This record gives sequence, structure tokens and C-alpha cells, in this order.
Amino acid sequence: MSVAPAEVDLPWSAEEITPDKPWLTIVWNDPVNLMSYVTYVFEHVFGYPRRKAEKLMLDVHHKGKAVVASGTREAMERNVEVLHGYGLWATVKQDV
Amino acid sequence: MFRPIKGGGASAWLSPDEATLLRTLVAPVVELLNDPARPAPSADAAESTDLADAAESTDLFDDLEKMFNETAAEPPKTPVDPVLARLLPDAYQDDPDAAGEFRKYTESSLREAKKYFAQTLLETLPPEGGRVKLNADQARDWLRALNDVRLMFGVRLEVTEDFEDQLAALDPEDPRFAAYEVYGWLGALQESLVWAIAR
Repeated sequence: MSVAPAEVDLPWSAEEITPDKPWLTIVWNDPVNLMSYVTYVFEHVFGYPRRKAEKLMLDVHHKGKAVVASGTREAMERNVEVLHGYGLWATVKQDV
Repeated sequence: MFRPIKGGGASAWLSPDEATLLRTLVAPVVELLNDPARPAPSADAAESTDLADAAESTDLFDDLEKMFNETAAEPPKTPVDPVLARLLPDAYQDDPDAAGEFRKYTESSLREAKKYFAQTLLETLPPEGGRVKLNADQARDWLRALNDVRLMFGVRLEVTEDFEDQLAALDPEDPRFAAYEVYGWLGALQESLVWAIAR
């Protein structure tokens, strides 16, 4: 049995990364999640003060989505994983 | 409904019917998360690191080959079941490849996390009803478990932002009426728990 040179699939290729554009954590509006709960999650997960968490929650509610954090791709993916644990509908995207 | 208690937790009194209802509603969520129809590939990876397997597999090259095969495996797709797709959503909206890669590395642990929250709820729920007393960590697990149950209802009942109107427009004889009422109760219970621990 021989081990063929394996193609290791990296999650993304180097040329896709535009270093000057930050990555974003986006939360989408959802008819199920309670406004109070979404505010709580923003406070608890990101450590945002109540006012900021409420403003973001209302942005999600009224505009359909809101950018709740920005930074490296890895950090945004970690955010999304935590937010999925809370049942929020969150996605990662590079800023345009 | 929940009230705050000293030390950051919350407590509530649940009737025997309410306790039974909660147990009955958490079960299908756990069942979906265990859905063997499309197990997350990393679950297999976890199994292969079992002590028994590790003892059998002494050849480094076998291990490496196995590892590379797993890495090169087709990334899992969005679950077909709409409830499961909502519980384990795509992390990238317009990029199926990136969404698949993310899913490959995170879906299994997300499934386990959600099952753990459900398990906390089941373990702290008195079988015959009565007082539920939660510390801060347990309360957070309950919030997430209740939310997953509500997501399941929301998807199945096609709940909209105007849930109150949907319920008001429904004939009490409609077979969905009871489910809408339960959904409303779950929302009130979760809301009370948020207020109990968010102050």
C-alpha cells in the first residue's frame, strides 16, 4: 500500500484573500428568535453593552440583517459557530 | 415562568403536564441531531481515534492515509430536512464551497453542543414537574435548548413575524391550533428565562 501525494484541501486559497478587506459576522432576521434573546446573545457573546446589543438587534429586525462584528476570517468563523450554537442565523462574509 | 435567583441562576415551577410537554418536545430535536441519514464526517474521524482503533492501527502510514482521505473527503452539504438546515445553517451564503468546508470542520461539534444543551434541560427537569432550579450555566443551556425547540416549531409551522395574527386567524378546531399555542408558551417561557438571567 502506498501513500499517494495527497491533495490537502485548504478551506480557501491564498489568492482569494484580500488582506485589506476585513471579514464580517452577519446576523439575519428570523421570525422565531425573540428580540430579548437576540439582545442577550449579543451582550453575552460579544460583551457589548446593553444599548449597543439592542441597537444591533433592532437593525437585524428592521433591516433584515446587521453586521455584528468584523475582523479576521478565523475570528468571524468562530463567532458564527458560537452564534449557531445559540440558534441565531449567522454568516461570514468578506467586506466589499 | 422563570424568576431570577441569587447567584445568577433562575428558577421556575412547572406543572406535571408542562414537564412532560418539555421532555416530549426536546426528544425530536435530539433525534434530528442524531440523524443517521447524513452523519457529519468528523464524527467518523472521532470514532477512528477510539482507543480500540488506535490499538489496532499501529502503522503510522495507515494512520496518515486515513487522515488524508478524511481531509480530502467531499464536504457535507446543507441538511435536507428544513429543521436541521435551520439548526445547522450554512456559514457562507453565496459560497457553497466555503460553506461546505466550514461545515466539515464544525458541524459535528455543533451537533454535540446542541445535544448537550438538550441533555442539560432533560437532566434538570423534574420528571413529575415541580421546581426547576438552574445555575447560570444551566440557565444558558436551557435558553439554547428552548430556542432549538422553538426553531423546530417555527420551521414546521411556518411561523412568521406576525405570529399573534397567525394564531388569532386560526380556527380553534384547526389541528395546528394546539401546536401554535405550545409555540406561544415556549416563547413566553424562554422570554421569562432571558429576563431572569439578563439583569
